[in-house]
Amino acid sequence: MAKYSLTINGKKITVEAEPDTPLLWVIRDEVGLKGTKFGCGMGLCGACTIHLDGMAIRSCQTPISSVKATSKIVTIEGVASINAVVQNAWIEEQVPQCGYCQSGQIMSAVALLKSNPNPTDEDIDNFMSGNICRCGTYNRIRKAIHSAAKTLKK
Amino acid sequence: MSKNTQQALDRRDFLRYTGLSGIALVLGIQSTKGSNSIENLNLVDNASITLNPYVMIEKSGKITLFNNKPEMGQGTQQSITALIAEELEVGPDQYVIKQSGGQKMHGNSQFAGGSYSVRMSFTEMRKVGAAAKEMLLAAAAQQWNCAVSDCYAQKAKVYQRSTGKSIGYGDLVAVAATLEVPKNPILKDAKDFKIIGKNVKRQDIPAKVKGEAVFGIDAVIPGMVYASVERSLVFGATLGNVDKSATLKVTGVLDVVEVERDLGAYKYPGVAVVATNYWAALKGRKALKVTWNTNGKEKFNSKDYNQSLRDLAITDGLVQHSNGDFDKAFAESKEQVVAFYETPIVSHSPMEAMNCTAHWKEGNQLEIWASTQVPSWVIGDLTKRYGIKEEDIQLHVCFNGGGFGRRLATDFIVEATNLAKLLKKPVKLVWTREDDTQLGPFRPPTFSAMKGSVVDGKINAFQHKVISPTVVPLQDKSKVDTTMVEGISEQKYEIPNMKNMFVYSDVHIPFGYWRSVTSSTLAFAHECFIDELAVKAGKDPMDFRLGMLTKQSDTKRVLQKLKEVSNWDKPLPKGKGRGVAQYEFFAGLAGEVVEVTRMGDNSVKIDKVYVVIDLGTVVNPDNTRAQMEGAVVMGITAAIKNGITFANGKTE
Repeated sequence: MAKYSLTINGKKITVEAEPDTPLLWVIRDEVGLKGTKFGCGMGLCGACTIHLDGMAIRSCQTPISSVKATSKIVTIEGVASINAVVQNAWIEEQVPQCGYCQSGQIMSAVALLKSNPNPTDEDIDNFMSGNICRCGTYNRIRKAIHSAAKTLKK
Repeated sequence: MSKNTQQALDRRDFLRYTGLSGIALVLGIQSTKGSNSIENLNLVDNASITLNPYVMIEKSGKITLFNNKPEMGQGTQQSITALIAEELEVGPDQYVIKQSGGQKMHGNSQFAGGSYSVRMSFTEMRKVGAAAKEMLLAAAAQQWNCAVSDCYAQKAKVYQRSTGKSIGYGDLVAVAATLEVPKNPILKDAKDFKIIGKNVKRQDIPAKVKGEAVFGIDAVIPGMVYASVERSLVFGATLGNVDKSATLKVTGVLDVVEVERDLGAYKYPGVAVVATNYWAALKGRKALKVTWNTNGKEKFNSKDYNQSLRDLAITDGLVQHSNGDFDKAFAESKEQVVAFYETPIVSHSPMEAMNCTAHWKEGNQLEIWASTQVPSWVIGDLTKRYGIKEEDIQLHVCFNGGGFGRRLATDFIVEATNLAKLLKKPVKLVWTREDDTQLGPFRPPTFSAMKGSVVDGKINAFQHKVISPTVVPLQDKSKVDTTMVEGISEQKYEIPNMKNMFVYSDVHIPFGYWRSVTSSTLAFAHECFIDELAVKAGKDPMDFRLGMLTKQSDTKRVLQKLKEVSNWDKPLPKGKGRGVAQYEFFAGLAGEVVEVTRMGDNSVKIDKVYVVIDLGTVVNPDNTRAQMEGAVVMGITAAIKNGITFANGKTE
């Protein structure tokens, strides 16, 4: 076990973990932020997506030892401070069904709109293709991203 | 309901369960001798009756409505409570929702599956809301010394028509709770509905976009340990040697114990690695050296098994449905078609892998956190299994991170409760994604051998022979498994000669109900074959179908509507095509038209899917639309992606 300092949603946190522990389990079970979800543990489904220094990453594939103490981690619980528009668009379009993948979907969508404020359907499909939704909410995700993009331009 | 299954709910238990203190109006349903009546829970201390609380109005004005159907994305938190709220005259934002936990006081049908939730609750839940409203109106009339007819309810308040004054529900409960519960409360006319039939926003969605919704996997019990279980990928294997020496050296690993997975008809051995955190449990599991005795089951493979299903197709099997004289009509026809359709084994794969958190507390009290579709069955199973009373089990039914039929099975819950009992510690068991995909229960492989013939542009003989294993292995092989042939005997087309057959395939793989059940397997074969017969008859597939629906029917209306909205008669550009299918399922019937483009590499791109669905009254049209959108995606995924296959006895 080793000690690690992390900055999550603007808060400094110290945790103890084995160096190879994926950030996902640290965030969920050591820090206690349960909004980030375990879907596959293989970086294939996107349910565990968080932001590391503004980039959308798969927390299940990110060992804690690779994360700098100064790096800024943002999870679904803290995303409203950088972009609440996307979450509101998700409510407006009634996107979630079971909801399990939606934290990851929203984290990816926020990252997409940051790099591409005016995405086409194709841009959305390409960027979001790593986020699986078994309920099949893809159409509404697309709609919500377009609607958020429109609001953000105002 | 038989007498011995009744459990008394005493006042103390109820108060403990609801956390209620002080005066409130609490209405529930009493189930005795097969009939249900609405009762006032506060005042009843009769230990011989069962009460199911659904409405709770506190003096503070706080209103709690109970949802007794698990929420797995299909929207029951909104739709079930909407039925009560509609009649109670409270707005969607004026109440909190509590999920029931399987105790009998919330009824014996606490499960979600088979499209049952809304259709089984529609009248009963409205009656509960209406009864509460009538009591509140009567209380107000008493207080104002006016006629009840001078009062009306709106948005959690009672108003007096003549004066316009109003009083909140909370201020009425002290009196309302002393009144007699109306036996036959009057239900609203459908034209007066304010919630039912409207696109009301789902109350569970804000929490789901903020990461606040609690799924089974999010449960926390102080002091809990984590477990991951190694099982054989060869179904039917028994445990050989377990070398746990390397595992026990992994930092964080606490123990290695054997635990059984109980899937009803099948029991599978497993080796659980228990650790202080989940990552350590996974690492410890990787370090395990386990040998399995595969008992001949290592020879099982998909190629041979699928061939065995094809071989079974030439046997007679059992007659499932017959009308006219199929054999004669088919033999005499010159325009015969035969076809064979295969649907593979598929996994449910909900996004939230199976998991359960269980805690045996002092006094043999069991507390469980789980995402499950079947709270009633969980309580029923565990009380029998451990010889404990239902009051000794507290089941927290969490949001299901997808169900699709997988969470009708309780294997993962029993695994966790057994483990917790053995370890004498609270334990969180989490399956890996690989476990979830590879260990079943799966959708059964269903093969369909079809025969048919056409005369004068219509089908005159039709046979659908289903070759399939079953969800529950058959004890009596002389009978057709009705689940596996659901839908095909209710032939919608007017076909004079029919003979449907069922051939049972006995195989050791665990199967379960998969979203839509036969509507994703038999409907595919049925409607594809109708198309083949349309080609034989030289007819347009839509007109061919409508031509065999001469009498007015729901199916006819669905197809006519579909023809209209999909612009069926408008020719498509070159390289594009469309197809149509319809099927009746549990709660209604649906028809779809799919438009596709043939791509340069001969692959097919799906351009558009039109869905027409007839469900009768719909509680939330937008939510129904969302379900259709999702169902189309899931159906396409099952149709175009590879299924589960086996080699050397193992799931690949």
